[in-house]
This record gives sequence, structure tokens and C-alpha cells, in this order.
Amino acid sequence: MSTVDIDAMEEQHHPRGITRWLYTTNHKDIGILYIAFGFLMFIVGGILAMLIRAELMEPGMKVMGPELYNQIISVHGLVMVFAALMPVSAGMVNYLIPMMIGAPDMALPRLNNFSFWLLPPAAILLVLPWLLEFFGIGNGTLDTGWTMYAPLSVQSGPGMDFAIFAVLLLFLSSTLASINILVTVLNLRAPGMTWDKIPIFVWSWVNTAVLLIVVFPALAGAAIMLLLDRHFGTHFFSAAGGGDPLLWVHMFWFFGHPEVYILLLPTAGILVHILSTFARKPVYGYKAQVYSFAAITMISVIVWAHHMYTSGLPTAANIYFMFSTMAISIPVGILFICWFGTIWKGSMTFETPMLFALGYIVLFGIGGLTGLILSDAAADQQYHGAYFVIAHFHYTLIGGPVMGVLAASYYYLPKLTGRMYDETLGKWHFWLTMIGFNVTFFPQFLLGIDGMPRRIADYAVKFAPLNMASSIGAFVLGAAQLIFLYNVYRTLVGAGKPATGRVWDGAQGLEFTLPSPPPYHTFEVPPTV
Amino acid sequence: MSISQAHGGHYYLPKPSPYPALMSTALLLLGAGGALAVNGYVLPAGWLAGAGGLLVVYVLSGWVGDVIRENRRGVYGEKEGVSFRWGMGWFIASEVIFFSSLFGVLFYERNIAVPWLASLNSHYSPWAGFKAVWPTSGPAGAAFTPEHAWGIPALNTLILLSSGVTVTWGLQQITKGHRRAATWAVGATILLGGVFLALQCREFYLAYTELHLTLGSGVYGATFFILTGFHGLHVTIGMIMLSVIFGRCLKGHFGPDNHFGFEAVSWYWHFVDVVWLMLFIFVYWL
Repeated sequence: MSTVDIDAMEEQHHPRGITRWLYTTNHKDIGILYIAFGFLMFIVGGILAMLIRAELMEPGMKVMGPELYNQIISVHGLVMVFAALMPVSAGMVNYLIPMMIGAPDMALPRLNNFSFWLLPPAAILLVLPWLLEFFGIGNGTLDTGWTMYAPLSVQSGPGMDFAIFAVLLLFLSSTLASINILVTVLNLRAPGMTWDKIPIFVWSWVNTAVLLIVVFPALAGAAIMLLLDRHFGTHFFSAAGGGDPLLWVHMFWFFGHPEVYILLLPTAGILVHILSTFARKPVYGYKAQVYSFAAITMISVIVWAHHMYTSGLPTAANIYFMFSTMAISIPVGILFICWFGTIWKGSMTFETPMLFALGYIVLFGIGGLTGLILSDAAADQQYHGAYFVIAHFHYTLIGGPVMGVLAASYYYLPKLTGRMYDETLGKWHFWLTMIGFNVTFFPQFLLGIDGMPRRIADYAVKFAPLNMASSIGAFVLGAAQLIFLYNVYRTLVGAGKPATGRVWDGAQGLEFTLPSPPPYHTFEVPPTV
Repeated sequence: MSISQAHGGHYYLPKPSPYPALMSTALLLLGAGGALAVNGYVLPAGWLAGAGGLLVVYVLSGWVGDVIRENRRGVYGEKEGVSFRWGMGWFIASEVIFFSSLFGVLFYERNIAVPWLASLNSHYSPWAGFKAVWPTSGPAGAAFTPEHAWGIPALNTLILLSSGVTVTWGLQQITKGHRRAATWAVGATILLGGVFLALQCREFYLAYTELHLTLGSGVYGATFFILTGFHGLHVTIGMIMLSVIFGRCLKGHFGPDNHFGFEAVSWYWHFVDVVWLMLFIFVYWL
């Protein structure tokens, strides 16, 4: 018996210093690692975005050459999707799901730590070619855009190979993390936490994990084939050997389109918790949302070629992909109805998380509706290569996931730290973000309708005024995030008022039955629901 | 005994472990080494990948060793066992999808890309006389001979299916408590897997030297080698796992109620089996 007690004590007293974080098997530590890494990468991706807008502020090559511009837009895309948004989302699931379902930890804790520690190497591999260039190796990092279309990616420099290995590490990380999440939810729910009671956020992540397992292998396979085409003489993507460059585009978007939902679903899940808390009403349409998630998950894997309307597919294929894409707007529309139903006639208050949640609905709504325009195969011929697409997916991905991540950050920061953040600074952050974001991206819709081509470092003089506006908006948007960082910093050092266990008076859920911050280990004895 | 009682009902949470972070360091070294190697920086790549490879071996033995020791201490109860089963199940599901995407590539190249190319004005053909046939000829019409399904590949099908039988029989013996018979069965499975791999290597060698079927033989060669190559890689991984199981059988680690390690590997081996059947049908035969 005595050995057992020592074990138990060791588990309570985790190691200090760097080894705590390197060796950890604790879901809260790993969650914090994911979130911290994700926000660090948001800063990296954000700086790259600022550089892009600095270059595009005026016509002509002002800040950098086109080669570097191409590299910066490629890394900006990959970093924001894979190294910033996905890790923050995975961090939230790690921190929250065991507490939400009354589990002692994630089901496979060592694997959990491995999933996280695969991310920094992937990020290193992406930016390493810039460093190697100083030593005369290669010509910088990948410059093909984040979509890495063949045959450009077959001919591109050594940076592409580093990106391929980075993609493989990301694949491994996401797959293992998804397996862990599914096993945790399947096996470690507290007694009474039945499938019709688990929080919406958990449901959203169950769907996300299934999607990741189903679609990421296609990109991993394609990346391996790209490596073979580049260096081992195969002709997967080369018509010279009977292959087809479009195969890459198919495989990329078979992964890439569901990836949008992989980014979106977790924040759609957390959104409804926040709406319900600040409207002081139960979630409206629980079942409708769960079925909508499932419908989105299923439909999202059969619509990928709406990214390929201009690539010369047969008309019948274009028509099929047009209608299946439009069909997704039905479950997404149901989600919107449930969000409105949740706040309908509630006694709403507008703390910062609620502001970001409402901002999410507005901005993602615009993103979704412009998506309907692009899903029209005929209309897309006009918009496809133009800035309209850039504006659309930034409304979708910043308006949805990023606003959702910020809402969740304010919502759970008091829970994590035991301190309230500064509400005034939070409101400044929200309004400057809203204004900055719309000033940045709304002009891009207009530029796109006027025909400004995307992916190019320079543009015709007639586009100058709107680009100037867009760049100024981007700098406001970037500066606004500094307020957020400062607000988080002052909360972490204990400047705010102490938070209660429940934090918000409308908050529901097992995680709010625990003190703030929660102890290192929670629910070692499962609660009864 | 005392340990499992003390944990009574508590889910086992492993202590902090250095292995996950070390493993990702190893994969970083392998990735950087790989990217440098394919660009001709062989020497630095060799050092990086060599260090990474050694680290992988060290970590795997340490990590798997930890899991085995925890199992021997009896810290895993029913609940932990269910996690391992679900985990292995989803892992195999992700592998199935990976191979499905490779088969998707085969069907796309064979049934869409090649006929599409052939339907174009001959001016755009990759080479003179390009036709919508499978196997295609190589780039610029270089001739190669595809492998015959009913030679070595058919024999290999028989060998791999037999190994599926031996591993299943071994599992049955474990559940009945016949440890010796189970050990023999695992040994036989490893032997059959080894013969399969040796024959595959011989096939690849002959393909390169006599049939002139190479990675560069157009989409036929590319899809042929990526499918059979990845299958061979998975057989190799399965062989390593079986060897661990063989060692554990010799040490008497498994009993009628405690053999999930064995069972998981048998699941994996059956998955490798089924992939081969698909390969035999769609790559070699049809």
C-alpha cells in the first residue's frame, strides 16, 4: 500500500520548470501549451499579414520583391490554418472536454502530449528554409500559396520539401489528437453523461475529430506523391507520364474544404454556450444542432470541387458540386436559427465574450452568404481568380473561427486564471477589431467585383484607393490585438478581480461547478450527472 | 493486487514522460534530414536522419516498455482496456482511409486521367501513339512489362492469408491459456511475413532489372509502386509489432484475460491482409 501512496503524491506534485511542460501528461497543461503555441503563431501569421498589406498599400513594388511576397502569403496561410487556429481549437478541447464530461483526463495522456509536441517541429520546418537561405541552401520557403498546386509545386525550390514534411507531421498530430478525443468522449463520460446530455461543444468536436480522421490522410498521401514527383521520377501530377495535375487539386480540396468545417465547428460549438450564458436561457434546439453538425460533416466531404469550377471539369460535375455545396447552407442555416433562438427574448447582457459571439454571427453570416454567391458555378467564373474570394474566406475564417476563439478566450480566461480580465479594454478590443476587420475586408469584395486578381504582389492603379483603405483597416485590426495581449497579460499576473467558480451568473456546465482556477487534477472520482 | 485495489475505480493517469517530446524531436530531425537529402545535401542529412532514426528506436523501446511495465504492475483495469481498444480501432480506421485515398489515386489515374488525355487531339498527347489502355506504356512510350498476377503475387496472397490464420489461431490458444502453442503460432506468423517480404523484394528487384517497370514508368509504375510499397512498409511495421509480441509470449506476459497487446497486433495484421487482397485484385489482377 505504501508504494501506492507515493505514486498518488507524485501525481499531485508535478515537476517544476521546463520539464513540467515537456513531459506533461496533464490535459490542462497540454491545453495551455496548445493555446499558448496557437496564439504565438497568430502573432507570427499576423505579422506576415501586416507585411502583405504593407506591400499592397500602394501600387508598385514598395516593400519586398514578388518572390518574397509569394513566400509570405504561402506561410501566412499555412501558419494561420494549421499552426494558429487548429492548435487553439485543440487546446480548448484538451482543457475543457475532460471537465465538461466529468473525466479525470484525456483517455491517452502520453499520446496527447505527443500530439502537441509534433506542432513546433512542423512550424520549424516551415520557416527553416528562410534560415537555410542565409547559408546558401535553397531559395527560401515554399512560394506556391498554401494550396501547393501542381505543377508549380513540383517545380518549386527546396522549401517545398520542408513544407511536405511539415504537412506530414501535422497529419500525424491531428490524427492522433482526434483519436484521443474520440476515445475520451466514447469511454470516459461520467455516469449519467449520456449522448443526449453532452455539451454542444463536445458534439462539435466529435464531428471535427471524425472529419480530421477521414480527410487528412488524402492530403498526407498527396504530399508523399508530390515528394515522389519532385525527386523520384514519378508522374502522378504530370501529364507527360499519363498523370494529371488536377489530381493534386482534387486531393488537396478533398481535405481542404472539410478543413474549413474543422476550423468552424468547434467555435460554432462554443458559441452556443456563450450565447446561452449571456442570454440566461438554455440552449435552443440541442438536437437540431447535433443533427446539423452531423449533416455538415457528411456533406462537407462530397463538395470539394466547388473550388475547381474554373479548372475545366465536365459541366455535369460542376452542376453536381454546385447543388451539393448549396445543400450545406441548409444545416448551417439551422445553426443560425438555433443561435437566434437561444438569445431570443433572453435577458441579455453584453460582456466582451457576448460581443464577440454576436460579432461572430454577423461576420460569419456575411461569409456564408458570399459563399452562396461563389458556390454558383456560373458566377464563380467571374469571381474565382479575384479578391472577392479573399474577402469571402476571411469573413468566413476570421468572422467565424477567430471571433469564436476570441469570444471563448474572454469567456474562459477567468476560469483558467481565477481572475477577471478588464472589461473596458475588452470592449475597446472588440470594437476596434470589428471596425478594423470590416475596413480591411469589405473593400476587397468591391475590388473583387472590379476584377482585381488575387495572389499577385502588384495591381493596376485604379485599385489604389480601396487597397489603401484595406491596408489601413488591417493595421487597425493588427493593433487591436495588442490590446487583447495586454489584457491577457494583466489577468495572468493577477491584476483583475478574483473570479468565482461559476464566473458568469448564467453559466451552465460541469466545468463551472469547479473552483477558478480548477485544481491540477479534476474529477478523479467521476461526478454523477 | 494492492495497486489495482488502490486505483479501484480510478482511471490510470501515467506520470510525466520524456518520450513524447523526444519522439517529436526525432521526427523533426528525420523531416529536416529528409528534406535536405532529397535536395542533395547528403552528408548533413545523413547525420540528422541517423540521429533521428536512433532516437526513434530509443523512444519506441522506452515508451512501449513503459506501457508493458504498467500492464505488468496491473494498473490497467477494464476502463483503460476499453480506451486501448477504441484507440487501436480508430488508428486502424485512419490507416484504412489512408490506403483508400491511394486506391482513389489508382482509380482516378486509370479511369479518368488516362482516358481524358487520350481523348485529346493527338497534338496534345504526352507521346506519339498514347492510348487509353492500362497498363500505359512508360513516358515517351518506353516499354515495360507489368507483373503477372498469377505468379508470385498469387503465392504471396496465399502466404499472407495463411499468416492471418496462424495469428488468429494463436490468439485463440491464448484465450484458452495454451501459451506454448500461441508462441509457436506467432513465430509461424513472423516467418510467413518474412517470406512474403522477401518475395516482394525479389519482385521489386526483378521489376527494375528485367521488366523495366520503375517509379518512372508513367502513372502505371507510380501507382504500382506507391500502393505495393506502402503495403510493404506496413507489413514491416506489423513484423516489428509481432516480434514484440513474440518476445512477450516467451516471457509469459499473456493470459486468458490479459492479452490486448496480442489482440491489437492481430487486428493490425488482418488490416494489412485485407489491404493486400485489394492490391491483388486491383493492382495485379484486373
